[in-house]
Amino acid sequence: MADQLLVSTRKGLFSARRKGGSWELEAVSFLGDNVTLSMIDPRDGAWYAALDHGHFGAKLHRSRDRGATWQEVGVPAYPTPPEGHLEKDFLGREIPWRLIRFWSLAPGLASQPGLLWAGTVPGGLFWSEDCGDSWHLVEALWHMPERRKWAGGGADAPGIHSICVDPRDGNRVVIAVSSGGVWHTQDLGKTWSAHTEGMRADYAPPELVSAPESQDPHRMVQCPGAPDSWWIQHHNGIFRSTDNALSWTEIVDVRPSVFGFPVVVHPRDPDTAWFIPAIKDERRIPAEGQVVVNRTRDGGRTFETLRRGLPQAWAYDLVYRHALDLDASGEHLAFGSTTGSVWISENQGDDWSTLAEHLPPVHAVCFA
Amino acid sequence: MPSVAFTRNLQRHVACPPCVVAGGTVRESLEAAFGLYPQVRSYVLDEHGALRFHMAVYVDGVPIADRRGLSDPVPDSGEIYVMQALSGG
Repeated sequence: MADQLLVSTRKGLFSARRKGGSWELEAVSFLGDNVTLSMIDPRDGAWYAALDHGHFGAKLHRSRDRGATWQEVGVPAYPTPPEGHLEKDFLGREIPWRLIRFWSLAPGLASQPGLLWAGTVPGGLFWSEDCGDSWHLVEALWHMPERRKWAGGGADAPGIHSICVDPRDGNRVVIAVSSGGVWHTQDLGKTWSAHTEGMRADYAPPELVSAPESQDPHRMVQCPGAPDSWWIQHHNGIFRSTDNALSWTEIVDVRPSVFGFPVVVHPRDPDTAWFIPAIKDERRIPAEGQVVVNRTRDGGRTFETLRRGLPQAWAYDLVYRHALDLDASGEHLAFGSTTGSVWISENQGDDWSTLAEHLPPVHAVCFA
Repeated sequence: MPSVAFTRNLQRHVACPPCVVAGGTVRESLEAAFGLYPQVRSYVLDEHGALRFHMAVYVDGVPIADRRGLSDPVPDSGEIYVMQALSGG
Protein backbone atom coordinates (compact mmCIF):
# COMPACT_ATOMS: atom_id res chain seq x y z
CA MET A 1 0.00 0.00 0.00
CA ALA A 2 1.12 3.56 -0.62
CA ASP A 3 3.15 5.22 2.09
CA GLN A 4 3.62 8.62 0.44
CA LEU A 5 1.13 11.31 -0.53
CA LEU A 6 1.75 14.56 -2.42
CA VAL A 7 -0.62 17.46 -1.85
CA SER A 8 -0.50 20.25 -4.45
CA THR A 9 -1.73 23.53 -3.04
CA ARG A 10 -2.04 27.18 -3.84
CA LYS A 11 1.05 27.82 -1.73
CA GLY A 12 3.32 24.84 -2.14
CA LEU A 13 3.70 21.10 -2.56
CA PHE A 14 3.33 19.23 0.71
CA SER A 15 4.36 15.62 1.19
CA ALA A 16 3.01 13.25 3.79
CA ARG A 17 4.30 9.86 4.81
CA ARG A 18 2.83 6.92 6.66
CA LYS A 19 4.87 6.27 9.79
CA GLY A 20 4.05 3.81 12.52
CA GLY A 21 0.52 3.34 11.33
CA SER A 22 -0.42 6.99 10.91
CA TRP A 23 0.06 9.67 8.30
CA GLU A 24 2.04 12.84 8.95
CA LEU A 25 3.07 15.81 6.88
CA GLU A 26 6.84 15.76 6.61
CA ALA A 27 8.04 18.30 4.03
CA VAL A 28 7.09 21.14 1.73
CA SER A 29 8.58 22.18 -1.58
CA PHE A 30 7.97 25.46 -3.45
CA LEU A 31 6.56 27.09 -0.33
CA GLY A 32 4.61 30.17 -1.34
CA ASP A 33 4.22 29.14 -4.98
CA ASN A 34 1.11 27.89 -6.71
CA VAL A 35 1.55 24.15 -7.36
CA THR A 36 -1.37 23.20 -9.54
CA LEU A 37 -0.64 19.52 -10.08
CA SER A 38 1.83 16.80 -9.21
CA MET A 39 2.50 13.31 -10.50
CA ILE A 40 4.59 10.37 -9.34
CA ASP A 41 5.79 8.25 -12.24
CA PRO A 42 5.40 4.59 -11.25
CA ARG A 43 8.00 3.56 -13.83
CA ASP A 44 10.99 5.32 -12.30
CA GLY A 45 9.69 6.96 -9.12
CA ALA A 46 10.28 10.49 -10.39
CA TRP A 47 8.12 13.24 -8.95
CA TYR A 48 6.75 16.04 -11.14
CA ALA A 49 5.32 19.34 -9.94
CA ALA A 50 3.51 21.78 -12.21
CA LEU A 51 3.63 25.38 -11.03
CA ASP A 52 1.65 28.39 -12.12
CA HIS A 53 3.62 31.48 -11.25
CA GLY A 54 0.99 33.80 -12.63
CA HIS A 55 3.27 36.64 -13.72
CA PHE A 56 6.05 34.30 -14.80
CA GLY A 57 3.95 31.58 -16.43
CA ALA A 58 3.55 27.83 -16.00
CA LYS A 59 6.61 25.74 -15.14
CA LEU A 60 7.38 22.07 -14.60
CA HIS A 61 9.87 20.66 -12.11
CA ARG A 62 11.13 17.10 -11.66
CA SER A 63 12.68 15.42 -8.64
CA ARG A 64 14.54 12.13 -8.70
CA ASP A 65 15.16 12.06 -4.94
CA ARG A 66 11.60 12.21 -3.56
CA GLY A 67 11.49 15.96 -3.32
CA ALA A 68 14.88 16.63 -1.73
CA THR A 69 15.99 18.51 -4.85
CA TRP A 70 14.13 19.68 -7.93
CA GLN A 71 15.16 20.46 -11.47
CA GLU A 72 13.16 22.74 -13.71
CA VAL A 73 12.43 20.94 -16.97
CA GLY A 74 10.76 21.99 -20.20
CA VAL A 75 7.25 23.26 -20.76
CA PRO A 76 4.98 22.85 -23.76
CA ALA A 77 4.97 25.66 -26.30
CA TYR A 78 1.95 26.43 -28.42
CA PRO A 79 2.59 27.07 -32.11
CA THR A 80 2.71 30.59 -33.42
CA PRO A 81 -0.69 31.35 -34.93
CA PRO A 82 -0.90 32.44 -38.55
CA GLU A 83 -0.46 36.18 -39.01
CA GLY A 84 -3.67 37.96 -38.17
CA HIS A 85 -5.27 34.84 -36.76
CA LEU A 86 -7.62 35.56 -33.88
CA GLU A 87 -9.27 32.47 -32.51
CA LYS A 88 -12.48 32.62 -30.54
CA ASP A 89 -14.54 29.96 -28.87
CA PHE A 90 -18.15 29.46 -29.91
CA LEU A 91 -19.21 32.09 -27.40
CA GLY A 92 -16.95 34.63 -29.04
CA ARG A 93 -14.26 34.68 -26.38
CA GLU A 94 -10.64 34.76 -27.49
CA ILE A 95 -8.64 31.56 -27.15
CA PRO A 96 -4.96 32.42 -26.89
CA TRP A 97 -2.39 30.13 -28.49
CA ARG A 98 -0.14 30.04 -25.44
CA LEU A 99 0.33 27.83 -22.44
CA ILE A 100 -1.86 28.93 -19.56
CA ARG A 101 -1.71 25.96 -17.22
CA PHE A 102 -0.88 22.28 -16.92
CA TRP A 103 -4.15 20.49 -16.20
CA SER A 104 -3.15 16.84 -16.43
CA LEU A 105 0.00 14.76 -16.47
CA ALA A 106 0.13 11.07 -17.31
CA PRO A 107 2.97 8.60 -17.82
CA GLY A 108 3.16 6.27 -20.78
CA LEU A 109 3.29 2.53 -20.24
CA ALA A 110 6.27 0.65 -18.82
CA SER A 111 7.06 -0.28 -22.40
CA GLN A 112 7.29 3.45 -23.27
CA PRO A 113 10.09 4.70 -20.98
CA GLY A 114 10.37 8.47 -20.80
CA LEU A 115 7.00 9.05 -22.46
CA LEU A 116 4.80 11.60 -20.69
CA TRP A 117 1.54 13.22 -21.70
CA ALA A 118 0.44 16.69 -20.62
CA GLY A 119 -3.02 18.15 -21.00
CA THR A 120 -3.15 21.90 -20.80
CA VAL A 121 -5.34 24.96 -20.85
CA PRO A 122 -6.26 26.27 -23.47
CA GLY A 123 -6.72 22.79 -24.95
CA GLY A 124 -3.38 21.58 -26.25
CA LEU A 125 -2.24 18.00 -25.67
CA PHE A 126 1.53 17.53 -25.57
CA TRP A 127 3.88 14.56 -25.31
CA SER A 128 7.45 14.20 -24.18
CA GLU A 129 9.80 11.32 -24.84
CA ASP A 130 12.52 12.51 -22.47
CA CYS A 131 10.77 12.71 -19.09
CA GLY A 132 9.61 16.26 -19.65
CA ASP A 133 12.83 17.86 -20.83
CA SER A 134 11.16 18.74 -24.13
CA TRP A 135 7.56 18.66 -25.34
CA HIS A 136 5.75 18.29 -28.65
CA LEU A 137 2.24 19.39 -29.54
CA VAL A 138 -0.20 16.73 -30.72
CA GLU A 139 -0.78 18.63 -33.91
CA ALA A 140 -3.72 16.62 -35.24
CA LEU A 141 -5.81 17.35 -32.17
CA TRP A 142 -4.95 21.04 -31.99
CA HIS A 143 -5.70 21.63 -35.67
CA MET A 144 -8.85 19.49 -35.69
CA PRO A 145 -11.80 21.71 -36.73
CA GLU A 146 -13.97 20.30 -33.94
CA ARG A 147 -11.45 21.55 -31.37
CA ARG A 148 -12.65 25.05 -32.21
CA LYS A 149 -16.01 24.12 -30.70
CA TRP A 150 -14.51 23.51 -27.28
CA ALA A 151 -15.19 26.17 -24.67
CA GLY A 152 -14.11 27.03 -21.20
CA GLY A 153 -15.76 25.08 -18.43
CA GLY A 154 -13.54 24.54 -15.44
CA ALA A 155 -11.35 27.42 -16.59
CA ASP A 156 -11.88 30.46 -18.80
CA ALA A 157 -10.46 28.55 -21.76
CA PRO A 158 -10.93 24.86 -22.59
CA GLY A 159 -8.61 22.38 -20.96
CA ILE A 160 -7.65 18.70 -21.00
CA HIS A 161 -7.90 17.40 -17.47
CA SER A 162 -7.95 13.61 -17.92
CA ILE A 163 -5.57 11.46 -19.97
CA CYS A 164 -6.05 7.69 -19.93
CA VAL A 165 -3.39 5.56 -21.61
CA ASP A 166 -4.77 2.12 -22.38
CA PRO A 167 -2.81 -0.43 -20.32
CA ARG A 168 -3.22 -2.92 -23.20
CA ASP A 169 -1.82 -0.66 -25.91
CA GLY A 170 0.01 2.61 -25.29
CA ASN A 171 -0.96 3.93 -28.72
CA ARG A 172 -4.54 4.15 -27.50
CA VAL A 173 -5.19 7.27 -25.47
CA VAL A 174 -8.47 8.82 -24.40
CA ILE A 175 -8.73 12.38 -23.14
CA ALA A 176 -11.54 14.32 -21.50
CA VAL A 177 -12.01 18.02 -22.05
CA SER A 178 -13.85 20.61 -20.05
CA SER A 179 -15.80 21.58 -22.02
CA GLY A 180 -15.28 19.57 -25.11
CA GLY A 181 -16.22 15.93 -24.58
CA VAL A 182 -14.22 12.72 -24.76
CA TRP A 183 -11.76 12.03 -27.58
CA HIS A 184 -10.02 8.82 -28.60
CA THR A 185 -6.89 8.12 -30.56
CA GLN A 186 -5.80 4.62 -31.59
CA ASP A 187 -2.57 5.70 -33.26
CA LEU A 188 -0.64 7.76 -30.74
CA GLY A 189 -2.42 11.00 -31.59
CA LYS A 190 -2.43 10.97 -35.37
CA THR A 191 -6.24 10.73 -35.65
CA TRP A 192 -9.02 11.50 -33.19
CA SER A 193 -12.71 10.75 -32.78
CA ALA A 194 -15.30 11.78 -30.19
CA HIS A 195 -17.33 9.21 -28.29
CA THR A 196 -19.98 10.68 -26.03
CA GLU A 197 -23.06 8.67 -26.96
CA GLY A 198 -25.38 8.58 -23.97
CA MET A 199 -24.14 11.79 -22.41
CA ARG A 200 -26.33 14.83 -22.13
CA ALA A 201 -25.57 18.45 -21.40
CA ASP A 202 -28.68 20.02 -19.93
CA TYR A 203 -26.92 23.36 -19.63
CA ALA A 204 -26.54 23.64 -23.42
CA PRO A 205 -29.14 24.97 -25.87
CA PRO A 206 -31.64 22.19 -26.74
CA GLU A 207 -30.15 21.43 -30.14
CA LEU A 208 -26.69 20.99 -28.61
CA VAL A 209 -27.59 18.83 -25.61
CA SER A 210 -26.16 15.69 -27.21
CA ALA A 211 -23.32 17.28 -29.18
CA PRO A 212 -19.92 15.83 -28.29
CA GLU A 213 -18.37 19.24 -27.82
CA SER A 214 -21.10 20.31 -25.39
CA GLN A 215 -20.22 17.62 -22.91
CA ASP A 216 -18.44 18.77 -19.79
CA PRO A 217 -16.76 15.80 -18.16
CA HIS A 218 -15.18 16.96 -14.93
CA ARG A 219 -13.00 13.89 -14.52
CA MET A 220 -12.62 10.57 -16.33
CA VAL A 221 -10.97 7.35 -15.14
CA GLN A 222 -10.35 3.92 -16.65
CA CYS A 223 -10.16 0.75 -14.54
CA PRO A 224 -6.60 -0.57 -14.99
CA GLY A 225 -7.59 -4.18 -14.31
CA ALA A 226 -10.71 -4.09 -16.49
CA PRO A 227 -9.82 -1.46 -19.06
CA ASP A 228 -13.12 -1.58 -20.96
CA SER A 229 -14.74 -0.05 -17.86
CA TRP A 230 -14.78 3.70 -17.38
CA TRP A 231 -16.34 6.30 -15.11
CA ILE A 232 -16.97 10.00 -15.63
CA GLN A 233 -18.07 12.63 -13.18
CA HIS A 234 -19.77 15.00 -15.59
CA HIS A 235 -21.24 18.43 -14.98
CA ASN A 236 -24.62 16.81 -15.52
CA GLY A 237 -24.03 13.77 -13.36
CA ILE A 238 -22.30 10.42 -13.29
CA PHE A 239 -21.76 8.34 -16.44
CA ARG A 240 -20.34 4.87 -16.87
CA SER A 241 -19.06 2.95 -19.87
CA THR A 242 -18.46 -0.79 -20.16
CA ASP A 243 -17.59 -0.78 -23.86
CA ASN A 244 -14.21 0.94 -23.72
CA ALA A 245 -15.59 4.47 -23.54
CA LEU A 246 -17.52 4.21 -26.80
CA SER A 247 -20.93 4.78 -25.19
CA TRP A 248 -22.06 5.94 -21.80
CA THR A 249 -24.88 5.19 -19.39
CA GLU A 250 -26.13 7.82 -17.00
CA ILE A 251 -26.34 6.96 -13.31
CA VAL A 252 -29.29 8.74 -11.73
CA ASP A 253 -30.85 9.21 -8.31
CA VAL A 254 -27.62 9.56 -6.40
CA ARG A 255 -27.93 11.16 -2.98
CA PRO A 256 -27.10 13.71 -1.71
CA SER A 257 -26.06 14.95 -5.16
CA VAL A 258 -25.03 13.56 -8.51
CA PHE A 259 -22.86 16.64 -9.12
CA GLY A 260 -19.20 16.82 -8.21
CA PHE A 261 -15.73 16.98 -9.68
CA PRO A 262 -13.51 13.96 -8.87
CA VAL A 263 -13.95 10.24 -9.39
CA VAL A 264 -11.61 7.31 -8.76
CA VAL A 265 -12.12 3.67 -9.67
CA HIS A 266 -10.78 0.58 -7.95
CA PRO A 267 -7.69 -0.71 -9.77
CA ARG A 268 -9.14 -4.22 -10.27
CA ASP A 269 -12.87 -4.02 -9.55
CA PRO A 270 -14.56 -1.88 -12.21
CA ASP A 271 -17.85 -1.80 -10.29
CA THR A 272 -16.29 0.03 -7.34
CA ALA A 273 -15.81 3.78 -7.62
CA TRP A 274 -15.79 6.82 -5.35
CA PHE A 275 -17.23 10.31 -5.81
CA ILE A 276 -17.47 13.46 -3.69
CA PRO A 277 -20.90 15.03 -4.10
CA ALA A 278 -21.52 18.77 -4.06
CA ILE A 279 -24.35 21.19 -4.79
CA LYS A 280 -23.95 22.26 -8.37
CA ASP A 281 -23.53 25.44 -10.33
CA GLU A 282 -23.47 28.76 -8.55
CA ARG A 283 -23.16 27.32 -5.06
CA ARG A 284 -20.57 24.54 -5.22
CA ILE A 285 -20.58 23.49 -1.58
CA PRO A 286 -21.25 20.19 0.17
CA ALA A 287 -24.92 19.43 0.78
CA GLU A 288 -26.11 20.45 4.24
CA GLY A 289 -22.61 21.50 5.31
CA GLN A 290 -21.50 17.88 5.52
CA VAL A 291 -18.39 16.47 3.86
CA VAL A 292 -19.16 12.99 2.53
CA VAL A 293 -17.84 10.50 0.00
CA ASN A 294 -20.07 8.34 -2.16
CA ARG A 295 -19.03 4.79 -2.98
CA THR A 296 -20.62 2.31 -5.29
CA ARG A 297 -19.66 -1.36 -5.29
CA ASP A 298 -22.19 -2.50 -7.87
CA GLY A 299 -21.47 -0.41 -10.93
CA GLY A 300 -23.66 2.49 -9.87
CA ARG A 301 -26.87 0.66 -9.00
CA THR A 302 -26.49 1.70 -5.37
CA PHE A 303 -24.29 4.10 -3.45
CA GLU A 304 -23.16 4.25 0.16
CA THR A 305 -22.57 7.68 1.63
CA LEU A 306 -19.43 7.51 3.76
CA ARG A 307 -18.97 10.06 6.50
CA ARG A 308 -17.20 8.44 9.50
CA GLY A 309 -14.35 10.77 10.51
CA LEU A 310 -15.42 13.58 8.16
CA PRO A 311 -16.91 16.90 9.38
CA GLN A 312 -20.69 16.73 9.52
CA ALA A 313 -21.62 20.31 10.40
CA TRP A 314 -20.63 23.77 9.17
CA ALA A 315 -18.24 22.32 6.62
CA TYR A 316 -17.99 23.87 3.15
CA ASP A 317 -15.01 22.05 1.69
CA LEU A 318 -15.13 21.73 -2.06
CA VAL A 319 -12.96 19.06 -3.68
CA TYR A 320 -11.50 19.75 -7.09
CA ARG A 321 -11.26 17.15 -9.87
CA HIS A 322 -7.66 16.11 -9.18
CA ALA A 323 -7.94 16.30 -5.40
CA LEU A 324 -9.13 12.71 -4.79
CA ASP A 325 -6.81 9.76 -5.26
CA LEU A 326 -6.76 6.03 -4.65
CA ASP A 327 -3.56 4.04 -4.29
CA ALA A 328 -2.59 1.06 -6.40
CA SER A 329 -3.77 -1.37 -3.71
CA GLY A 330 -7.29 0.03 -3.87
CA GLU A 331 -7.34 0.45 -0.09
CA HIS A 332 -5.97 3.95 0.59
CA LEU A 333 -7.97 7.00 -0.40
CA ALA A 334 -7.10 10.65 0.15
CA PHE A 335 -8.75 13.92 -0.72
CA GLY A 336 -8.04 17.59 -0.14
CA SER A 337 -10.31 20.58 -0.16
CA THR A 338 -10.45 24.21 -1.14
CA THR A 339 -10.36 25.11 2.54
CA GLY A 340 -7.09 23.32 3.16
CA SER A 341 -8.21 20.09 4.76
CA VAL A 342 -6.88 16.68 3.78
CA TRP A 343 -8.41 13.37 4.82
CA ILE A 344 -7.08 9.84 4.40
CA SER A 345 -8.82 6.48 4.59
CA GLU A 346 -7.06 3.13 4.80
CA ASN A 347 -10.17 1.00 4.39
CA GLN A 348 -11.72 2.15 1.12
CA GLY A 349 -13.50 5.08 2.71
CA ASP A 350 -15.26 3.41 5.63
CA ASP A 351 -13.22 5.47 8.11
CA TRP A 352 -11.36 8.72 7.60
CA SER A 353 -8.62 10.47 9.54
CA THR A 354 -7.60 14.10 9.23
CA LEU A 355 -4.12 14.71 7.86
CA ALA A 356 -4.34 18.51 7.80
CA GLU A 357 -6.87 21.25 8.46
CA HIS A 358 -5.00 24.44 7.69
CA LEU A 359 -3.14 23.95 4.45
CA PRO A 360 -3.55 26.37 1.55
CA PRO A 361 -6.35 25.52 -0.89
CA VAL A 362 -5.72 22.05 -2.32
CA HIS A 363 -5.62 21.62 -6.08
CA ALA A 364 -4.60 17.96 -6.26
CA VAL A 365 -3.41 14.92 -4.34
CA CYS A 366 -1.55 11.83 -5.49
CA PHE A 367 -0.23 8.69 -3.84
CA ALA A 368 3.20 7.23 -4.51
CA MET B 1 25.96 49.99 -22.95
CA PRO B 2 22.46 49.43 -21.51
CA SER B 3 21.97 47.87 -18.13
CA VAL B 4 19.26 45.33 -17.35
CA ALA B 5 17.82 44.72 -13.89
CA PHE B 6 15.21 42.12 -12.99
CA THR B 7 12.69 42.29 -10.18
CA ARG B 8 13.76 40.62 -6.95
CA ASN B 9 10.62 38.49 -7.12
CA LEU B 10 11.99 36.83 -10.23
CA GLN B 11 15.33 36.19 -8.57
CA ARG B 12 13.54 34.03 -6.04
CA HIS B 13 13.06 31.52 -8.86
CA VAL B 14 16.11 31.99 -11.08
CA ALA B 15 19.40 33.78 -10.55
CA CYS B 16 19.60 36.95 -12.65
CA PRO B 17 21.68 39.72 -11.08
CA PRO B 18 21.85 43.10 -12.85
CA CYS B 19 23.96 43.05 -15.98
CA VAL B 20 25.34 45.33 -18.66
CA VAL B 21 24.71 44.19 -22.21
CA ALA B 22 24.99 45.31 -25.81
CA GLY B 23 21.75 46.23 -27.58
CA GLY B 24 20.00 49.05 -29.35
CA THR B 25 16.46 47.83 -28.68
CA VAL B 26 14.66 46.14 -25.84
CA ARG B 27 14.67 42.88 -27.81
CA GLU B 28 18.40 43.01 -28.46
CA SER B 29 19.19 43.94 -24.87
CA LEU B 30 16.97 41.28 -23.33
CA GLU B 31 18.30 38.63 -25.72
CA ALA B 32 21.80 39.53 -24.58
CA ALA B 33 20.70 39.22 -20.95
CA PHE B 34 19.06 35.86 -21.68
CA GLY B 35 22.38 34.80 -23.14
CA LEU B 36 23.80 35.24 -19.65
CA TYR B 37 20.77 33.75 -17.89
CA PRO B 38 19.01 31.38 -20.31
CA GLN B 39 16.44 30.18 -17.80
CA VAL B 40 15.05 33.68 -17.34
CA ARG B 41 13.61 33.88 -20.85
CA SER B 42 10.51 31.81 -20.22
CA TYR B 43 9.76 33.73 -17.03
CA VAL B 44 9.68 37.06 -18.88
CA LEU B 45 8.53 36.14 -22.40
CA ASP B 46 5.87 33.70 -23.61
CA GLU B 47 6.54 30.99 -26.17
CA HIS B 48 6.08 33.48 -29.01
CA GLY B 49 8.64 35.94 -27.68
CA ALA B 50 6.08 38.47 -26.47
CA LEU B 51 6.22 40.01 -23.02
CA ARG B 52 4.08 37.99 -20.63
CA PHE B 53 0.73 39.63 -19.92
CA HIS B 54 1.52 40.31 -16.28
CA MET B 55 5.07 41.53 -16.83
CA ALA B 56 6.29 45.06 -17.47
CA VAL B 57 9.49 46.46 -18.94
CA TYR B 58 10.63 50.03 -18.42
CA VAL B 59 13.37 51.88 -20.28
CA ASP B 60 14.66 54.81 -18.24
CA GLY B 61 11.42 54.82 -16.29
CA VAL B 62 9.07 54.68 -19.29
CA PRO B 63 6.98 51.54 -19.98
CA ILE B 64 7.74 50.07 -23.38
CA ALA B 65 5.16 50.48 -26.14
CA ASP B 66 5.84 47.34 -28.18
CA ARG B 67 5.11 44.47 -25.82
CA ARG B 68 5.08 41.95 -28.64
CA GLY B 69 7.99 42.95 -30.82
CA LEU B 70 10.07 44.61 -28.07
CA SER B 71 11.30 47.08 -30.70
CA ASP B 72 11.49 50.10 -28.39
CA PRO B 73 14.90 51.76 -28.72
CA VAL B 74 17.32 51.78 -25.82
CA PRO B 75 19.89 54.60 -25.43
CA ASP B 76 23.50 53.58 -25.13
CA SER B 77 23.47 54.08 -21.37
CA GLY B 78 19.79 53.22 -20.92
CA GLU B 79 18.48 51.40 -17.88
CA ILE B 80 16.06 48.55 -18.54
CA TYR B 81 13.98 47.35 -15.64
CA VAL B 82 11.97 44.12 -15.84
CA MET B 83 9.24 43.79 -13.24
CA GLN B 84 5.83 42.42 -12.52
CA ALA B 85 2.84 44.44 -13.63
CA LEU B 86 0.60 45.10 -10.69
CA SER B 87 -2.31 42.72 -10.75
CA GLY B 88 -4.38 41.10 -8.09
CA GLY B 89 -4.04 43.90 -5.54
